[in-house]
Amino acid sequence: MSALLPEIQDSAIARVNPVAKLAVAVFLSVTLLLSIDVVSASVALLLVGILLFWSGLDARQFWMRTAPLWLAAPFAGLTTVLYGEDSGAVLFEWGLISVTEGSLTLGLSITLRVLAIGLPSIVLFATTDPTDLADGLAQVLRLPARFVLGGLAGVRMIGLFLDDWRALGQARRARGVGDSHALVRLGTQAFALLVLAIRRGSKLATAMEAKGFGSDIARTWARPSRFGVAEVVLIGIGIGIAGVSVAAAVYAGTWSFILDRS
Amino acid sequence: MTAAFSARPVPGAQIRARDWGWRHAGRGTPAVSALDLDIEAGERVLLLGASGAGKSTLLQAMAGVLGGEEEGDEFGSILLDGRRPADARGRAGLVLQDPDSQIVLARIGDDVAFSAENLGVPRDEIWKRVRWALDAVGLDLPLSSSSSNLSGGQKQRLALAGVLAMRPGLLLLDEPTANLDPAGVREIRDVVDRVVADTAATLVVVEHRVAVWRDVVDRVIVLNPAGGILADGHPDAVLEREGPRLAAAGVWVPGIPPRVAPRPHRVSPGLDLLQAADLSVGRTPFGSKVPSVAASGLDLTLAEGTGTAVTGANGTGKSTLALTLAGLLEPAGGVLRATPTLARGLPPAPIRWKSRSLLTRLGTVFQEPEHQFLAQSVHRELAIGPTALKLGQDEISSRVDDLLQRLRLGHLADANPFTLSGGEKRRLSVATVLATRPQVLLLDEPTFGQDAVTWGELVSLLGELVDGGSSVVTVTHDLALVAAFADHELVLGSATEVRA
Repeated sequence: MSALLPEIQDSAIARVNPVAKLAVAVFLSVTLLLSIDVVSASVALLLVGILLFWSGLDARQFWMRTAPLWLAAPFAGLTTVLYGEDSGAVLFEWGLISVTEGSLTLGLSITLRVLAIGLPSIVLFATTDPTDLADGLAQVLRLPARFVLGGLAGVRMIGLFLDDWRALGQARRARGVGDSHALVRLGTQAFALLVLAIRRGSKLATAMEAKGFGSDIARTWARPSRFGVAEVVLIGIGIGIAGVSVAAAVYAGTWSFILDRS
Repeated sequence: MTAAFSARPVPGAQIRARDWGWRHAGRGTPAVSALDLDIEAGERVLLLGASGAGKSTLLQAMAGVLGGEEEGDEFGSILLDGRRPADARGRAGLVLQDPDSQIVLARIGDDVAFSAENLGVPRDEIWKRVRWALDAVGLDLPLSSSSSNLSGGQKQRLALAGVLAMRPGLLLLDEPTANLDPAGVREIRDVVDRVVADTAATLVVVEHRVAVWRDVVDRVIVLNPAGGILADGHPDAVLEREGPRLAAAGVWVPGIPPRVAPRPHRVSPGLDLLQAADLSVGRTPFGSKVPSVAASGLDLTLAEGTGTAVTGANGTGKSTLALTLAGLLEPAGGVLRATPTLARGLPPAPIRWKSRSLLTRLGTVFQEPEHQFLAQSVHRELAIGPTALKLGQDEISSRVDDLLQRLRLGHLADANPFTLSGGEKRRLSVATVLATRPQVLLLDEPTFGQDAVTWGELVSLLGELVDGGSSVVTVTHDLALVAAFADHELVLGSATEVRA
């Protein structure tokens, strides 16, 4: 597949129904958003870290995929440390910037939280084939086939758009209009890509229609999307991780429900 | 399993058209009009007609995918087994022109299964059909192979397999040998012949090249661009009786070569313009820093007044070489230098030139005409290059009018380039480049999909340009083009030296 959608390695997690992975990612995220504290995020991050051993990602893939997160998380934390809500002893102050014990703790817990929410989401989807996800969404969650398959076909076209973008750039240079300012060029070329994308999309829609898509006949599914023991186990693990992190935070006395804050 | 499947023929479908016509939304004249046509079950029809005669429109109508009222106006009636084609999904299987645009799913097995899923075929039978269809088209790859990394011929086979999995009673093929090398053309033709024999389906195929399909079909129908049918009957009878008239209408009739203007004033090669020494060409894949080399060790000189053809099988780097010579792609290795005659004061590497400086030096006609269209009308499209050169208004209009007339685009001056037919798009893309009169002209598959009249015009035009002192390079699979125009041939994938 294209650079955007690399090969999926077979692994225990890759074999689980994508809908179960989606459920786990959503459940963990929501739970961790309920409180901003260091303990729940650290425990969740630790437990998720253990789960990664079954993801089948090798070290290089893991770091490549999660690189944006490792940049974003400390940055979000640092911003909070410098500009966030102050409390406790003031450690450093310079103009608008103030670092206090409170903002330091808050920054740390934000960093850990971004990681604890982001890592499982990225890794779960790095082990998911888009086709399998579409099968799951349509068969397990019963989302409309037109919507799911339309989206799936769109994802496959991203690779073609990369080639189109390059060809458009070359064509503009050949036609003598490639000398304008980079931003102007970007704008007009993006518009041209949009036009091409719509044309490609309508061609694809015709091709799909010619293959019987969108008729009144009840559609069947060539690939069964099953929900079995493995899926229940993974969801159980997800609930377990969330439960243990919340319990640890409550036990340590750091749990602070966001809606209670004023 | 496979044998049991193919032994079960599908009843062929039948077509009845009565005074049928279709006008695309926003166009003044109908694409097809006054069509009366009966195609019986099991017939094998070759559908011919000049560029713009409405062949693709008719195929889409038979497949029931022309769309509703917002897409255009329908006249008369066309029926598939007595029903409106749109209500008979699955009876007709249409393979469109561009195989890239009809791959839906990422794995080839899933892509073939897609059509059967849509028709509500039970799961067990879907996979039997998938294996049968892939076997029938000779695509011998694992079901989980990626559908993106296939060659042109493999993509065409995949598209055909996807349609066969519906077990259609009517197989509709729109230029199925699109952009294939000659060996690929014969393979696809043989696959279609075998599949139609196995399934007993009715076949309607659109192709300009009669010679390829003549022995596969038992009936030839020629559409009249002015409406209705020009000729209809057994291939031999139609070609014998109507041959000259068909050829004049743009059909490729065996034994009647297209008319090409004579070249009484052949020039001898002039000064060298572009020199390549040990040149490697390649594209840099997305997210990579190193180009993947498509061809290497190329030695080539382009001189004034010469025609060069670059040939070779699919995937040997022909298009990549053209883009590199055109100053649009950085060479992957070796040397590419413009002589002072071409550079006229600029540095020798064309990739370093400004976009505007390319216009009068290196002109490129892209394989996909749609990539190079920038304007809302044919007229404005032609004015873009001359305007970028800051020519005077009079000069611009005189060049544009001249090209509109020479390439028979005058009646389309106000049409949007994207709405033109395939042949018209090709003529326009060539015209946009001629408008700035470059010293070197590079064309990627200029004659692909063209009717015989347009073909003759293009070849005459290229000859005229060469004799006018230009250096013309065409990348092509078209052996007739090579024979008619090229002084030199560079065959990629084999010998790599040419002196032109």
